[in-house]
Amino acid sequence: MTTTTSRACVLDPGVSTAIRRHGEETFPHECCGALIGRDDRITSAVALPNTTEEGPRRRFLVRPSDYRLAEQKASELGGELLGFYHSHPDHPAKPSQFDLDHAWPNFAYVIVSVMSAVARDMTVWYLKEDRSRFDEGTLNGDEDSDSHPAPAVHG
Amino acid sequence: MATKILIPTPLRPYTDKQDAVEASGATIGELLADLTAKYSGLKAHLYNEQGKLRSFVNIYINDEDIRYLQKDQTPVSASDTVSIIPSVAGGV
Repeated sequence: MTTTTSRACVLDPGVSTAIRRHGEETFPHECCGALIGRDDRITSAVALPNTTEEGPRRRFLVRPSDYRLAEQKASELGGELLGFYHSHPDHPAKPSQFDLDHAWPNFAYVIVSVMSAVARDMTVWYLKEDRSRFDEGTLNGDEDSDSHPAPAVHG
Repeated sequence: MATKILIPTPLRPYTDKQDAVEASGATIGELLADLTAKYSGLKAHLYNEQGKLRSFVNIYINDEDIRYLQKDQTPVSASDTVSIIPSVAGGV
């Protein structure tokens, strides 16, 4: 379901820490938020409420009103909405079929794995144009990429 | 009769990077058909394989969700503004 791509994004200082902290705060529920920046450089992670009614341990939902707020926030910050992040509680940082079925093109999807309330792997993914799968991109600027080696988990 | 349609960020690569475009139609269904005829790259991301709007694609006419109006039969006029607003969903 996934392959790699040459596409890369850069996280400014503080962004990966903010995403990890959000994932740990909401554990065992999924967190979600918007990624704002320009030209594949993510300068801000904006936490958004997970409004899913399908069980927040396994799902997240950014409702239309919060999506609009994210676009407004990006404009206020002088950037663009580049994508979204969410956590996978006690699951690896790989997109699920559910992620694929609901993905938007041209967005960066950052996923952080949170194992037993500790944030570990963080990855970034891009939907292929034909919607058949995600391609994994390169995530630069992850401040904790080596401090929490992820155990092998098969979800 | 042209109606303004606001395009969200992830779909702008298919509308020549424009955040607003115009399309014609008497109903939302006709309007979106004209939109996707003009900008063919939009179609796969708005509609599923059965030709239905994807569940995470929300169409608003002014500030009202068409699901609570007459869905794709909702009348539309040149004075309306139609917005395509994503829901973003996922999970494990």
